[in-house]
Amino acid sequence: MLELNVIFEAVHRWLEGILPQGLVTLISALGTGGIVLAFLSILALFLVWWERKVSAHMQQRLGPMRTGWHGVLQTIADGVKLVQKEDLIPSTADRPVYFWAPVICFVAAFMAYLVIPFGRGLIVQDLNIGILYIIAITTFTVVSLLMAGWGSNNKWALLGGMRSAAQIVSYEVPLTLSILGAVMLAETLSMVGIVQSQAGGFWNWLIFRQPIGFIVYYIAATAEANRTPFDIPEAEQELVAGFNVEYSGMKFAMFFLAEFVNMFTISAIAVTLFFGGWNAPHPIFNFVPSWIWFMGKSLVSVFILMWFRWTYPRIRVDQLMGFAWKFLLPLAFLNIILTGLGVLIFRN
Amino acid sequence: METGIFYILAAIILTSALMVVSLRNIFHSALMLILCFFAVAGLYITLDADFLAAVQVLIYVGAVTILMIFAVMVTHQLTGTTMRQVNEQPIPAALIIIVLFILLAIAITQTGFEVIGKFPLMPTVAAIGTALMTVYVLPFEIVSLVLLVALIGAIIIARRD
Repeated sequence: MLELNVIFEAVHRWLEGILPQGLVTLISALGTGGIVLAFLSILALFLVWWERKVSAHMQQRLGPMRTGWHGVLQTIADGVKLVQKEDLIPSTADRPVYFWAPVICFVAAFMAYLVIPFGRGLIVQDLNIGILYIIAITTFTVVSLLMAGWGSNNKWALLGGMRSAAQIVSYEVPLTLSILGAVMLAETLSMVGIVQSQAGGFWNWLIFRQPIGFIVYYIAATAEANRTPFDIPEAEQELVAGFNVEYSGMKFAMFFLAEFVNMFTISAIAVTLFFGGWNAPHPIFNFVPSWIWFMGKSLVSVFILMWFRWTYPRIRVDQLMGFAWKFLLPLAFLNIILTGLGVLIFRN
Repeated sequence: METGIFYILAAIILTSALMVVSLRNIFHSALMLILCFFAVAGLYITLDADFLAAVQVLIYVGAVTILMIFAVMVTHQLTGTTMRQVNEQPIPAALIIIVLFILLAIAITQTGFEVIGKFPLMPTVAAIGTALMTVYVLPFEIVSLVLLVALIGAIIIARRD
């Protein structure tokens, strides 16, 4: 049994033995933050490379091949290039807004990992409002996109920022409502509680009782993360690159990193809410550590998101809004009504 | 510790609220409003009202201010220009504000705030849900009716163009 929380608990006990309590709290808070940040950075490096390889193979190309085995070091090379680049600031830019936009974007993406349960006992802080906290804190992403669009003082960037505001505000409504069905069945908002309610085997996973909820969640989450077919805020052919057109160097890297971190976040939430989180599909597979199940399921979901991107064409702005309000929203309401009826009939 | 955090949050709230009404760039004002709302959410967290804090961020930062910024961006006269923050009627405005301040001061000092000791962090979501669906179901339904009226009104105004 290679459960990682054993290691963290051992380190915590060892620290408690040699240091005063206040210092232990401080060190464990900074330490967990550092570990999550390091994990996300490595994950983003991997996901950028993976996205390029997946897209290449789907288009019968090879993708990056020169840097290391099948180009695994490509993202590191890209990162080194981005750090060396000159940090351009347009002369007409709104400087403080322009500066803070990528910072807020990255911090909002990072903050969601406070309540993501990576494995049994492997969660930074199990808040009892868990899933609601994630929905709340990730709204800062849209603030940062608007700030980037406005601060750049560029009409393409402004258009991209406005499109993203309209899109994310619209899709947030079906997204939140789609999660409610799963929450009603799990009877808790805590991420650990939701995972524990699905323990025992794959037939307990909420996907089988919340198929409509899952479909609405997955579509709305893809739109929230600005992934194709909903990548209208940064539609290259129409808006050059959308809200981040004026950004270069490290600031661009922060937007880019946040985008891939967000992609993993929506996959992790989908796995936690609908696919049993860290639970094995059958109790006989319990010898595999829980964090491997969680990471495996999440990465499969990330792959599906990449698959979407290289399969579907982008939908138009007017279709986008109509789809959210006239199709996804009624479907999400229907799901809540059906779930409520089901709870009433089967619980009593 | 908690008193210190309260004073820091209060300072952020007051400073950002002052900047909302005094900054000349309306986009910066909107961003300061976001900071103000976020600090208020922090205040709720120090009071162990975690659900209220999350809803504060979700509704005020995620929806209300975003819609304000969106309105600013699509209004051509406002973008990029500096705005006057004082209008032509300072005296009536000052009178109304003084009356409002006195009313609020009376309301706050007359209310007997019950001081209870430190209690453990309890899940508040279930309690709020039960209260909304039983004791306070009528105010809850009236508020949703008001929101529905506002939605329909917005659609009618938009269709007239």
